[in-house]
Amino acid sequence: MAIRGRVWKYGDHVDTDAIIPARYLSLVTPAELARHCLEGLDPAFASTVRPGDILVVGDNFGCGSSREHAPVAIQGAGVGAVVARSFARIFYRNAINIGLPILECPAAVDDAETGHELEINLAAGRIHNRTTGRTHRAEPYPPFMLEIIQAGGLIPYTRQRIENRQT
Amino acid sequence: MGHTLAEQILAAHAGLEEVHPGQFVEVAVDLVLSNDITAPLAIREFEKLGTTRVFDPARVVIVADHFTPNKDIPAAEQCRVMREFARRHGLPYYFDVGCMGIEHVLLPEQGLVGPGDVVVGADSHTCTYGALGAFATGMGSTDIAVAMATGRIWMRVPETIRIIYHGALQPWVGGKDLILHTIGQIGVDGARYQALEFSGSTVDALDMAGRFTMANMAIEAGAKAGLFAVDGVTRAYVDARARRPYRVYRADADAVYDRVIEIDAGRIEPQVAFPHLPENARPVRQAGDVPIDQAVIGSCTNGRLEDLRLAAGVLRGRRVHPHVRCIVIPGSQQVYLEALREGLVETFIAAGAAVSTPTCGPCLGGHMGVLAAGERAVSTTNRNFRGRMGHPESMVYLAGPAVAAASAVAGRLAHPEDI
Repeated sequence: MAIRGRVWKYGDHVDTDAIIPARYLSLVTPAELARHCLEGLDPAFASTVRPGDILVVGDNFGCGSSREHAPVAIQGAGVGAVVARSFARIFYRNAINIGLPILECPAAVDDAETGHELEINLAAGRIHNRTTGRTHRAEPYPPFMLEIIQAGGLIPYTRQRIENRQT
Repeated sequence: MGHTLAEQILAAHAGLEEVHPGQFVEVAVDLVLSNDITAPLAIREFEKLGTTRVFDPARVVIVADHFTPNKDIPAAEQCRVMREFARRHGLPYYFDVGCMGIEHVLLPEQGLVGPGDVVVGADSHTCTYGALGAFATGMGSTDIAVAMATGRIWMRVPETIRIIYHGALQPWVGGKDLILHTIGQIGVDGARYQALEFSGSTVDALDMAGRFTMANMAIEAGAKAGLFAVDGVTRAYVDARARRPYRVYRADADAVYDRVIEIDAGRIEPQVAFPHLPENARPVRQAGDVPIDQAVIGSCTNGRLEDLRLAAGVLRGRRVHPHVRCIVIPGSQQVYLEALREGLVETFIAAGAAVSTPTCGPCLGGHMGVLAAGERAVSTTNRNFRGRMGHPESMVYLAGPAVAAASAVAGRLAHPEDI
């Protein structure tokens, strides 16, 4: 699956309160949450992001609260993928579970600036920066996690296992 | 080669002889938790699983604590979803307004968590129960939906960092100061994906309230869990409450740690963490002149009776500064009742503080103390991210109950001895 889009670059420790402030946690649909995506960090983001755009961020992205509303808001905003130097662990699990493509690749982060164009081949873990012309390889997913991703997230993965147990 | 406390608990729950850091395992969970913010999302995902029952109603706990008593119509609707789910599935441990508490104060108090348990909760501060020698960790709503349905969850076995605290604490220094100082040392991602094991003579001498405070903030260093060894203090607490038998696990003497950090705790002074990260910790006496508009005393970090006693000790016979709103929030109905019986509530009200029913409210800028642009709060909560308590241009200073109370009196950040 190829993902192609413009880069929005932010720094380290972008927390879940910045991704979706708590005052919006009574909202439930991805579309509603998307309208406030990254509002705590960059109020212009939600209204100007285009489908397929790519978040490129520093260390410890998604630190703080366990709120799954954070990756849901990012996914709802149409973001194609998040490339980080590193992720906070609850955010990492949540993104894998809901099927938001995330990649750890410090070299690609250092190489990218806001406005660059990236092309990502998720299966190969390859990140090509069309603006600089350089290609980077992301940390491969552990095989177990790849199973969840290939099933389309944790819910389809678990449903399959429950059905198998019943038959 | 020996194993850490986290590895021992996870191996037992995975049905394996031993596990190693980095290994992926599926573990049986002893308790699954969610709240009024995360449960509605978890329920939606649960219903997609094609199963009609939770794995064990007595092990699925839901607490209405974040936006309750319902702060607005959307919050009320969320709570209804959660309440109906709890009734439909006959959950005996569903806690609504009137019997609830802030989840991480409530569950240990009600004897629902014990040593050796694996607990997963759709709240990042689920790591609080590490104080009881449990492996407890926060997850998102989808993970919790799966755990509610199957009683099992996948985990990557974390490496463990051992932190050893030496020495006797100075006056006015407690668990909050120890953990703020520690996060200041290792940083907000210093323990990312790892487990912390707190040990040493200082924490051996700490009461359960102080240990809960420390384990609570393990996540603020990025940790998956923060654990304490079970000792006489733990047993005295748990044996008076436990609803289930528990099993004590111990780290091997030759356990392999990712690293060992030694801290001379006797030198630590009362701390305050400056905006906008918990790692910006420094002694409150080095804070300079920082006027405050609000003081919040409570939360899953510092809402226990011992915390309220400390705050009341400072406020007794004094008045909250006229420019400060001081909000005191007991962590549970039981804490509230005991604070009332001990006269602490009277002390707070006489000092000019507001006392609220238990809620997470102000900690996450939900309700009951939201900040305006430019306002500063000193708070015994756990996060001071930008906009955490309200307007993106407001500021939160994290501290323990004694410093928060002293600051409420002084109208600016203050050491309890300097007011």
